[in-house]
Amino acid sequence: MSAQMLMDGLVDGSLIALGAAGVTLTYGTLRFGNFAHGELVSAGAYLTLFIAAALGAAAPVLLNTPDGVTATPALWLSMVLGGLMTGLIALLLDRLVYRPLRARGAAMAVSMASFGVSMALRALIEVGFSARPRYYSDDLSIAWDLGFARVAPDRLLVLIMALVIFVALDIFLQRSRTGREMRAVGENPTLAHVVGIDVGQVLQTTWILGGALAGVAGVGMGLLAQIRPSMGAEMLLPMFAAAIVGGLGSLRGALIGGCLMGCGEAFAVAYVGAEWRAGVSFALLVVVLLLRPTGLFGRRA
Amino acid sequence: MILESLPGYFNYAASFGVLVLVQAVACLGLNLQWGQTGVFNVGIAGIVALGAYTSAILTTAAFPGHWGGFGWPVMLGLLGGMGVAAAVSAFIGVLTLRLRADYLAITTFGVAVMVDLLVRNVEPLTGGALGIGFIPRPFAGHGLASGPFVQITFVWVALVVLTVYLVLERLSASPWGRVLRAVREDERAAAALGKSPVRYRLQAFAIGGALMGLAGALQAHTLGFIAPENFTSAFTFQVWAMLIVGGSGNNRGALLGSLLIGLLWSGTGLLAAELLPADLQARGAALRIVVIGVLLAGAILLRPRGLLGEEVTVSRHLEEP
Repeated sequence: MSAQMLMDGLVDGSLIALGAAGVTLTYGTLRFGNFAHGELVSAGAYLTLFIAAALGAAAPVLLNTPDGVTATPALWLSMVLGGLMTGLIALLLDRLVYRPLRARGAAMAVSMASFGVSMALRALIEVGFSARPRYYSDDLSIAWDLGFARVAPDRLLVLIMALVIFVALDIFLQRSRTGREMRAVGENPTLAHVVGIDVGQVLQTTWILGGALAGVAGVGMGLLAQIRPSMGAEMLLPMFAAAIVGGLGSLRGALIGGCLMGCGEAFAVAYVGAEWRAGVSFALLVVVLLLRPTGLFGRRA
Repeated sequence: MILESLPGYFNYAASFGVLVLVQAVACLGLNLQWGQTGVFNVGIAGIVALGAYTSAILTTAAFPGHWGGFGWPVMLGLLGGMGVAAAVSAFIGVLTLRLRADYLAITTFGVAVMVDLLVRNVEPLTGGALGIGFIPRPFAGHGLASGPFVQITFVWVALVVLTVYLVLERLSASPWGRVLRAVREDERAAAALGKSPVRYRLQAFAIGGALMGLAGALQAHTLGFIAPENFTSAFTFQVWAMLIVGGSGNNRGALLGSLLIGLLWSGTGLLAAELLPADLQARGAALRIVVIGVLLAGAILLRPRGLLGEEVTVSRHLEEP
C-alpha cells in the first residue's frame, strides 16, 4: 500500500463516507435502510449543476479560480443550495411515501417502497436529463506533486471539505440540543416522546440532514468523475457497506468505514484490476458480517 | 385479412406467454420468501442470473476458448441452476438472518451487484457482456417450424409452472407453511412454541432462491441466449411489482400480478416504440420504469393487500361446530 494509493483511497473514501453518514443518520433514527439514498446523491449532483450554471451566468466573477482548480466559488455556493434542496426532496419523499407506511407499522414495506422510489427517481432523472454524462467544468484539474504523492487540487479540496463537514456534524450531534434529541429518538422513540422531545421535528431534521449529506457527496463525485443518472445507484453498495462496517448509527464509524472502502478500492484497482473495484465493498461487507456484525463502532445488531 | 394474421397473433401471444410464465416462477419464489415468510430480497436478478448461467454453462456444448460446455441434458441443467441459486441464498441467509432484517436486505442487494460483476468480467465462463448463446432449447431443431415450436415451448413451461404452483400450494397448506406465517406474524410466539424462526426463514429463503434459479434456467432454455442486460435491477423491480400488485401471500396473486405487469411492461414498450422518435427511445424505456414505480408505490400505499390479497386461513377444526 503506497502513499499514493492511500491518498487516492482517502479522497474517494471521504465521499463514500459522506454518503454513508447520511445512511447511518437515517438508519440511526428511523431504523430503516433507504434504497433511494443513491438517487439523492444523483439528485444533489444534478441540482447543483443547474444552480451553478445559473449562478455563473448571473455573476461571472464567481467563476474565477486559482490555477489548476476547476471547482469555482459558484460551484461551492451552489453545492450548499443543491444540498439543501436534496434534503427537502428527502423530506418530501418521507411525507409522500415513508411516513404513511411507518404509521401503518409496516417496517419492511418501507424498505420495499424505498427500492421502488429509487428505481422511479433514477428513471425520472434519466427521462429529464438523458443518460449522457455531464461535467461541472470542461477544464482539467492538474495534479500537484506533494512529494509523497501526487494529487489534483480539486481532489484535495474535496477531502478537506468532507473532513470539515464530518467535524462539524460530530460537534452538532454531540453538543447541540437537536443532535442530542436525534440520538435519543434513535435509542428509543417512545421514551424520547415521553420526555417531551418532538419526534416529528427530529425526524424532519434527520431527513434534511441525511439528504443534504447525500447531495454534497454527489457534488463531490460529479466533480471528481462525471454526473450520470446511475452515479448514485453505483455508490449505494459502497455507502451501505461503509455504514455497516463502521457500525450502523455511528457517525465516526461511517467516516472510518468510508475511508476503508476507498483505500480497499484503490488497492483493488492497483493489484487486481479496475473492473473488480465494485467487489471490494461486498467482500468487506461479508467479512464484517461474519466476524463482527455490529461493525467497528456499533453497539447492537 | 384478419383470419390470415390470426396464427401470427396467436404465436406472438404464446411467446409473450413464455416470458410471463418465466417471470411468474421468480414471483412465486418471492412470494414464498416475502409473502409467506416476510423475508426481504432485493437481489432477485442476481439469484435468477445464477440459475440462468449455471444451467447454460452445464448444458451448452463445448466451445473453443471457453471453460465449461459440458453438454449435459437440460433437465440436469435446470436442477443445477436451482441448486446453485439455493446454495448462494442459503449462504446469504446464514450470514444475515440472525441479524436485523435490514442487513439481509442490504446483503441481497450486494449479491446482485456481485453476480453482475462476475458475469460481466469472468469472460471465459460467462461470455462477458456478450453473454452465452446456443443454449439448448427443448424441442428445437427437430424440423419444427417456429410457430409450433413457440406453442410447444409455451406448453412445457406452463407445465413446469403448474407443477411449481401445486407444490407451493401444498407446502403453504402444510404445517410447515403455517410455521412460516407464524414466524412472519409473530416471531416470539413462534419461538415460544419451539419453532426456530431463523431456521424456518433460512429454509423459505433457500427454497425461494431455488425457484428464482429455476426461473433463470427456464429463461436460458426458452430464449437460447442470455446476457448480463437480462438481469438488471429493473428485473428485480418488475418481480416485486408483480407480487405486490397481484397480492402478496397468495400464489394465485403472484401469477395474476405476473400477467398484469407483463402486459403493462410489454404494452408500454410497444407504445413507446410506436409513438416516440428514435432519439427519445432510451428515455421512453426509462419512462415506463417511472410508470411502474409510481404504480408500485401507489399499490403499497392504497391497496397493500394487492388485487387478490392473502386468504385468511383458520383452522378447519374451528369451522366445524
